[in-house]
Amino acid sequence: MSQKVLLSEKEINIILHRLACQLLENHLDFANTVLIGIQPRGTFVAERLTKILKEEYKVKHIDLGFLDITFYRDDFRRGDKTLEATATSIDFLVEDKNVVLIDDVLYTGRSINAALTALQSFGRPKDVELLTLIDRRFSRHLPIQPNYRGRQVDAINNEKVKVMWKENDGKDVIYLINK
Amino acid sequence: MSELSVKHLLGIKYLNEKDIQLIFETADHFKEVINRSIKKVPSLRDITIANIFFENSTRTKLSFELAEKRLSADVINFSAGQSSVKKGETLIDTVNNILSMKVDMVVMRHPNPGAGIFLSKHVNASIVNAGDGAHEHPTQALLDSYSIREKLGDVAGKNVVIVGDILHSRVALSNIFALKLQGANVKVCGPKTLLPKHVESLGVGVETDLRKALNWCDVANMLRIQNERLDISYFPTTREYTQQFGVNRTLLDSLDKEIVIMHPGPINRGVEITSDVADSNQSIILNQVENGVAIRMAVIYLLASKIK
Repeated sequence: MSQKVLLSEKEINIILHRLACQLLENHLDFANTVLIGIQPRGTFVAERLTKILKEEYKVKHIDLGFLDITFYRDDFRRGDKTLEATATSIDFLVEDKNVVLIDDVLYTGRSINAALTALQSFGRPKDVELLTLIDRRFSRHLPIQPNYRGRQVDAINNEKVKVMWKENDGKDVIYLINK
Repeated sequence: MSELSVKHLLGIKYLNEKDIQLIFETADHFKEVINRSIKKVPSLRDITIANIFFENSTRTKLSFELAEKRLSADVINFSAGQSSVKKGETLIDTVNNILSMKVDMVVMRHPNPGAGIFLSKHVNASIVNAGDGAHEHPTQALLDSYSIREKLGDVAGKNVVIVGDILHSRVALSNIFALKLQGANVKVCGPKTLLPKHVESLGVGVETDLRKALNWCDVANMLRIQNERLDISYFPTTREYTQQFGVNRTLLDSLDKEIVIMHPGPINRGVEITSDVADSNQSIILNQVENGVAIRMAVIYLLASKIK
């Protein structure tokens, strides 16, 4: 197994700021927009972006929720392990809202497909966009593409992209791991 | 990633502490799901579940059916009263006939203790015991502990007294196993005739004075007097039972502390518990019913994930 650094802390920070600006450009004051981080690892991206938008770009209020997609996944009973759920916390309705789904890595698109189904339990959004920190090109199983992408990566199937966060893993870094 | 250590839920006796924690954590997520405006998830859309009830039930049957439907499973219901069992069909034949219609999981209530265990050895499906005679009622014990955990934060170290007909109660036995497994202190309380001999060997205390028991406990689980199972006379009159083992407002107010009151239902109002207690803030009876759906969703989800 070998690993190389795909993005350093500094690069991640610059990318997050760019993504925040792109969101700002399209949604301005976030009055009718909600951010939803996909559990378990999209939540870190969502929280960072919210922090940047509030602290550095003075957005007064942002609705931020976390969505667990375990019960909506299409691989239930297909792997060896029981799929373990994490918490959903969405304390607002998405009815008629602009929803930005946020995840760390976009790979096959199946998680996003599950998230779109799960989202329906919280109302009918006006539109749904997808923001992803890493977009693994050429590996999609479904016709799903991000509206905002941090970095596009060409990774082959036995490679894994691992995103680490200070608040969870001790440091900000993204590795490309060759299994 | 963790999973249950068992393929069937036959009794709490066969579970370990980790299983219970996993069921509770999964139930937490389902509880959030069933409080949404759209209360359904698609996880079990390719699973078929048969609810086979050889004994009457209202809440357990409804609760299981609702849990299965909230998970998007296909559900078929079967009650012994309207079936070929009356024509002399054996249990294995009945169930195998149902399974040949491609059923993946069987939820069964049966008057004979061990019926679920017997079935699990002879048919190819995941079995959930929804009560077998006076043996076990595992999902009830799980939802009881879950409700205590929700109300008091933890089960470990809590004092729980189970009051009433311990001898005929599957709820009592499953509760004793579940509570002990999680580190609670358990006492049983009731007329001596309704306490099983050697019940102490399960690691529980025995108390025949209700006031003493209530003063000791944090939680009192009041069981129903099961008139249908009382083949001989175990106490002189219902009135006398109520005087000695019934909980009422005056008794609760005279205690040193406020305790939590539970009841697995159906309640005989005015017998083991008076209406003003059953409907008071101290009672978590209706929370138990709500939690029952979440717990059953968790159990079915976790067992179904092992069906390949």
